[in-house]
Amino acid sequence: MTGLLAMFRRLEGPQTVGRGPAFWGLFALVLAAALAYPLFSDGYTVGNTVYFFVWVFIALSLCLIWGYGGSLSFGQTAFFGIAGYGYGIFTINFGSAYGFTLLALVMAVGIAALFAVLLGYFMFFGRIAGVFLGIVTLAVTLMLERFMAQTAGPEWRIGSARLNGFNGMSAMPPLTIPWPGEPIVLFADIGLYYLVLGLLVLVYLALRILMNSSFGNVIVAIRENPERAEMLGYDIRKYQLITFVIGAALAGLSGVLYTVWGQYITPSSMGMTAAALPLIWVAVGGRSDLTSTVIGTLVVLAAFQALTIYGSQYALVFMGVLLVLTVLIAPNGLVLGVMNWLGRIAARLTQRAG
Amino acid sequence: MSLLELRKLNKHFGGLHVTNSVDLTLQAGEIHCLIGPNGAGKSTLFRLILGEHHPGSGDILFAGENITALKSFARIHRGLSVKFQVPGVFKGLSVRQNLEIALQSRHRGEELEAEIDRLLTFLGLESEQAQVAGNLSHGQKQWLEIGMAVSLKPRLLLLDEPTAGMSPEETYMTGEMVQRLNADGMTVLAIEHDMAFVRQVAHRVTVLHLGQVFAQGSIDEIVADERVAAIYLGQAHA
Repeated sequence: MTGLLAMFRRLEGPQTVGRGPAFWGLFALVLAAALAYPLFSDGYTVGNTVYFFVWVFIALSLCLIWGYGGSLSFGQTAFFGIAGYGYGIFTINFGSAYGFTLLALVMAVGIAALFAVLLGYFMFFGRIAGVFLGIVTLAVTLMLERFMAQTAGPEWRIGSARLNGFNGMSAMPPLTIPWPGEPIVLFADIGLYYLVLGLLVLVYLALRILMNSSFGNVIVAIRENPERAEMLGYDIRKYQLITFVIGAALAGLSGVLYTVWGQYITPSSMGMTAAALPLIWVAVGGRSDLTSTVIGTLVVLAAFQALTIYGSQYALVFMGVLLVLTVLIAPNGLVLGVMNWLGRIAARLTQRAG
Repeated sequence: MSLLELRKLNKHFGGLHVTNSVDLTLQAGEIHCLIGPNGAGKSTLFRLILGEHHPGSGDILFAGENITALKSFARIHRGLSVKFQVPGVFKGLSVRQNLEIALQSRHRGEELEAEIDRLLTFLGLESEQAQVAGNLSHGQKQWLEIGMAVSLKPRLLLLDEPTAGMSPEETYMTGEMVQRLNADGMTVLAIEHDMAFVRQVAHRVTVLHLGQVFAQGSIDEIVADERVAAIYLGQAHA
């Protein structure tokens, strides 16, 4: 019981912005609004919101590895793609009966994590760091994209699942929950919305607890000064690997949910543009804070979609400009900058009141 | 009893012999100072002891165990600890968090908080605890890092120029801190250029020159040694 209490106390701490009744009150308000929102909206818009939420997981994965851990991974999309394709291959072969789609989700995320164990082992135990880590991870995701793009021929199949080259894989069954009477199929509207929202809240809170724990302390210590961290007796390679694997699992979760949402996955989801975009969301939001990352990602995604109406090329140029502006004006992130500013004002007000 | 023993330690980068067959024995409980002109190989010797560099040949024995092949973190677990030449604090984190990271593997919960408070008092950094470590003065950063190194309760503390950039008063206070730690049973090996500090604390002094042990003895013996004066002290006194 005291262990549980200590865990919840870690929801607040030096590694995460936001504390006290004001913050959690606002959090509850936003959550209540998110829960009520589908009641006042149509299926298409709700489905579109699910699409936004899906990307937040890969953004959080980058926030963890890059923002907190200090290792820039350019290849989170590799895990996204592996898990997405993995889900497709499992469910096209074995269908959706007996709740298998849920098992497929877990297994697909597991495969992405396993791949990260292998890749991460060679990188971190080989002491690859800094810009080289970015180069290796980018190369991996681009290689996977190239490979999947040439699997158009009928010989490229796993069981009954055709890989379909550049066109990608489609028509995999959506997530299905077995239920007495009739199974509940989570199509990309209200059903999937509540599942993804639930996962998002769970992951967000769990990451807050993790980053404010002693594990999180070591992760930021490695970012600040890896040599000093090692000379305090921490095997930093192990900590980096674990962080990398957790991040890969989150990126994989993003990939599965994306595949489930649109019932398709293509090689371009692992391509250059796809790999670069999460970096922009996270950098603009504030990579070293979970809340800033979530808000930043949702805002930038919505802006991006609104701009795409006028042409996706312009939207991409805008993304580039946004990144440059962030680096120049608020290198730690625009949302984080605003939140810190609000925090200072709140502190001043409470000081005056007290 | 010898705590640290370096046997014929060699390290070369290409054709440059940075340490050349260094033999050095540290007795448990002593404060030993390592001096020598720039480029003598002092910092490289530290990196060899810590496992950041690996010797071309030779052995490192710590408390009787051969640790030559061990990784750095494993050597720390055996009872080594270090303060680097350039203060290696976690600049973006608060002073308190710096100490928490150093202490958290030994203490938990309220005991951890109490231990952090105790260390803050020892270092005289209570009022700076909420500050970001990067904003501390140079001397305060040095103390904070010494505090982190000491918090591991090491058997051997390595100090690479602990008083660099400090005023004479700060240097003297650091010397007193080192003596207090030594009185509690900590063996200390310090690289130092400040002769006042060496005179204040050193039981024994080793002079390193061109990667080799050049002379060894008490500070008075070293100062009296004309050969040493010629390579090192002579320049300092000139």
